[in-house]
Amino acid sequence: MSEKKWPETWQEVNPGCMVFRPGSAAAYHTGSWRAMRPIWDNVKCIKCGVCYIYCPEGCVTEDADGFFEANLDYCKGCGICAHECWPGAIKMVNEED
Amino acid sequence: MNTAMNHPKSIIENFDLYAPKLVSKEEFFSPGHRACQGCGEALAIRLMCKALGKDTVITNATGCMEVISSLYPTTAWTLPWIHVAFPNAAAVGSGVEAGLTALRRKGKIADRRVKSVAIGGDGGTMDIGFQALSGAMERGHDMLYVCFDNEAYMNTGIQRSSGTPFLASTSTAPAGKKIPGNQVWKKNMAEIMVAHNLPYVATASPSYPLDFMKKVKKARRIKGPSYIHCLVTCPTGWRSASETCIKLGRLSLETGIFPLYEVEDGKYRLTVEVPEKRRPVQDYVKGQGRFRHLTPDQIQVIQERVDIEWETLMIKVNCSKSREELRAVREK
Repeated sequence: MSEKKWPETWQEVNPGCMVFRPGSAAAYHTGSWRAMRPIWDNVKCIKCGVCYIYCPEGCVTEDADGFFEANLDYCKGCGICAHECWPGAIKMVNEED
Repeated sequence: MNTAMNHPKSIIENFDLYAPKLVSKEEFFSPGHRACQGCGEALAIRLMCKALGKDTVITNATGCMEVISSLYPTTAWTLPWIHVAFPNAAAVGSGVEAGLTALRRKGKIADRRVKSVAIGGDGGTMDIGFQALSGAMERGHDMLYVCFDNEAYMNTGIQRSSGTPFLASTSTAPAGKKIPGNQVWKKNMAEIMVAHNLPYVATASPSYPLDFMKKVKKARRIKGPSYIHCLVTCPTGWRSASETCIKLGRLSLETGIFPLYEVEDGKYRLTVEVPEKRRPVQDYVKGQGRFRHLTPDQIQVIQERVDIEWETLMIKVNCSKSREELRAVREK
């Protein structure tokens, strides 16, 4: 298995196009697709984990204090967490601000 | 200070509210996959993998999930995963199960239970892969089939499938002046699977994640074929806002369009309570661009059909008996 990012000639393609590194899609950062960014307000947060369970990317993680934050390398800014957070602790802000 | 600290009792009272904290934190579907923003199907896959855990082999029919998760040379999966052609996910899934059994018998792999799971979209399940699925279920392999139904061929550009609801506008059934969208009613796949006499059939939705995960875990435990039909939102194809993904799934339950139930050995049971007074179909339809052309008369037609289907299901829920119960009566 080569350490190159992708095969350069057809001879380097694995038989059956097999991929030997599980979860290697994580090398691609989908965060660049984002137009809006979620911001957590930890005063309002009740640590219920709704944002964590509903994130299609699986990029929301719990920190040591039990609060949640998004990994902005992967967050596509869909806004599900902000829409589903019933205490209203998550706000979507423009990426440029 | 937050609400939970102000009302310490509420954590126990609202156990369901805090239950997401107890879900396994291990991810088997890595971030970095190329699903659209707010993809309900990617969410459903993530939850399904969490519920399945290790010791699973996944067979994936062609469809959105194969395209977005495995752009060569990368893969988003950390479970053993195989991509097959459109029609034969169930056939390969049953082959994986038979192969694992044979290898275990010969002592070539460790003697532990590995579940074969086949997944497909609505096209790969209801149209193209239907006979392979029917065959695999009939042969009684120890496998689980999960259909992720986003109600059209979203991967290739929103062509209608037999899962597309009545009057939805798609690229091959567009809404025009004469014909308002798709002219056929959605095929009830879960009922067809019940007719195969499976030990376990369920409908699920990622809008109710704990219910969905519970069903996947239950299906994993069952020895024999099982089928889960999962309605997932597709913001691209449904022409809805990406943040309403979860809300639309919830509305589909509250309006009675897609009730969540499970059929265990012939016995129907509703798993998520539907409000006594169901919401009008109007609420579900108005958030989606594919239903934008509908007139109040057409919505009324859909409403009537939904009411009839709902009552038919309620009769089954109230009157059906499991085969075990029926057998016990005969033995007396």
